[in-house]
Amino acid sequence: MSVAMRPVGGLPVEPRARHDAPGGLDSMATTVDIGDISLNYRGASGNVLALQNTTMRIGRGEFAAVVGPSGCGKSSLMRLVTGLVRPTTGDISVFGEKVRGPLKIAGMAFQNPNLLPWRKVIDNVLLPLEIVRPHRRRFRAEKDKYRAQGEALLKTVGLEGFSGRFPWELSGGMQQRVSLCRALIHQPALLMLDEPFAALDAFTREELWCVLRDLWQELRFTVILVTHDLREAAFLADTIHVMSARPGRVVMTKTVPFPRPRELDICFEPAFTDIVQELRAKIAEVRKP
Amino acid sequence: MSQNTVETIAPWVFTLAIFAVWEIACRLFGVDPFILPPPSAAFAAMAQYWGPLMRHSAVTLWTTMAGFALAVAFGVALGLIVGWSRTIYRGLYPVMIGFNCIPKVAVVPILIMWFGIGEVPAILTAFLISFFPIVVNVATGLATMEPELEDVLRALGARKLDIMLKVGIPRTQPYLFGSLKVAITLAFVGTIVSETVGANAGLGYLIALAGSNFQVPLVFAALILLAIEGIAMYAVFAYIEVYFTRWAFRSSMSAAT
Repeated sequence: MSVAMRPVGGLPVEPRARHDAPGGLDSMATTVDIGDISLNYRGASGNVLALQNTTMRIGRGEFAAVVGPSGCGKSSLMRLVTGLVRPTTGDISVFGEKVRGPLKIAGMAFQNPNLLPWRKVIDNVLLPLEIVRPHRRRFRAEKDKYRAQGEALLKTVGLEGFSGRFPWELSGGMQQRVSLCRALIHQPALLMLDEPFAALDAFTREELWCVLRDLWQELRFTVILVTHDLREAAFLADTIHVMSARPGRVVMTKTVPFPRPRELDICFEPAFTDIVQELRAKIAEVRKP
Repeated sequence: MSQNTVETIAPWVFTLAIFAVWEIACRLFGVDPFILPPPSAAFAAMAQYWGPLMRHSAVTLWTTMAGFALAVAFGVALGLIVGWSRTIYRGLYPVMIGFNCIPKVAVVPILIMWFGIGEVPAILTAFLISFFPIVVNVATGLATMEPELEDVLRALGARKLDIMLKVGIPRTQPYLFGSLKVAITLAFVGTIVSETVGANAGLGYLIALAGSNFQVPLVFAALILLAIEGIAMYAVFAYIEVYFTRWAFRSSMSAAT
């Protein structure tokens, strides 16, 4: 598998407005640093404390998974890290800089592929390049080059020859592959995935696990994967953060020791099952009010 | 006969059947032509007064289209503004509902006072009655944008204008074109109301005049022509809708799996 892309080390990371602290060695290695934050938001039934005392550190190029009971604020965490909402208290740093607004560099994918039905597959994939700096200025002039990049990326997820189709002509699994490509086309240093495979059948899901595994293996972006599926977390992630029921905070951080590249077969090994069991027990424990 | 042929000729068969039932009922029950003339009498009047009917139809058609064009321009602009910001939406919506509740027939005398008897009040009435559904639909199209999609774009550094141009406005198209079909029929209502209250040309004027002269078959002839104009314009916009938003007919708007 080869992708015509620059190595991830050369990513164009936008300089943020101001440096709060000079990035030392430590902050270079840490991509996402969530330091003791809380988040309040006004829901339909008054104030909701979604997150409290949440602390999390994710290293550069790390594949992190976040699991927990439903309604524990996992999705809120995604919106916090990408700067779409601000924490009520505490700070979040990404690449050693405090998050003050939308990140401008993060790729995101959700359970619903959210493709634009009036655009062909390739034009859906290229959408971020029409928005992200510095690509947006060059987009018209170098459309052919970008198109070739998009085609190459589609090929790596097994969608060669589908670029001229419309989203409705694709199955759910294929649409989700397109959504992954759209999240990765601008070579983001940070990829946020919010239950991207939850709506798929078991076989398609495992297929896409491997697609994501291979993409990550090759491009080594930092991933935060929010999921309900403990096997998915254990198969894909380096570290798994378990969150408590609302107000959510991290109650356990589990390192997954399996060597890479991992094959699907490891899902049936006792050590793998043990990890899943341990996570399951922890979530069952924190679910109780 | 294939199913397709049946479906193609069905509208014509039903239309003819309605005229036939009308004709037979009038003759069978001996209805006074002064109360309800049979269609044959209406068509006879149409042939007899063909020239004037055509002249007045043309006036009604162009005033309606002029008012409708104003409504599209104004409706799309206002819809985009209302859909752009929640504050403007909250602020303007009650005002628009209130405005829409005013029977337009009550506004016509004011328009005639301002602009005199003529085509301007008809154009403005057509405009006033037909812009509302366009505004509501355009605003709805913008307001129902998937929040996750907005998140995806904002996390890439998209400004509000980017989101509007790349997603908001394209996804509003099916709502807009759907509303045009409703708006064009309403525009005809507006024109006729205005012409009936006060005008010196147009089918509404002709209907009022013929009515006061007790030429009931001519009234019905004018009504039939009006219906034909309405159907024709509806068909035009239904075609435009399918042509421009084929993707929306092929996929559910959400593109959900």
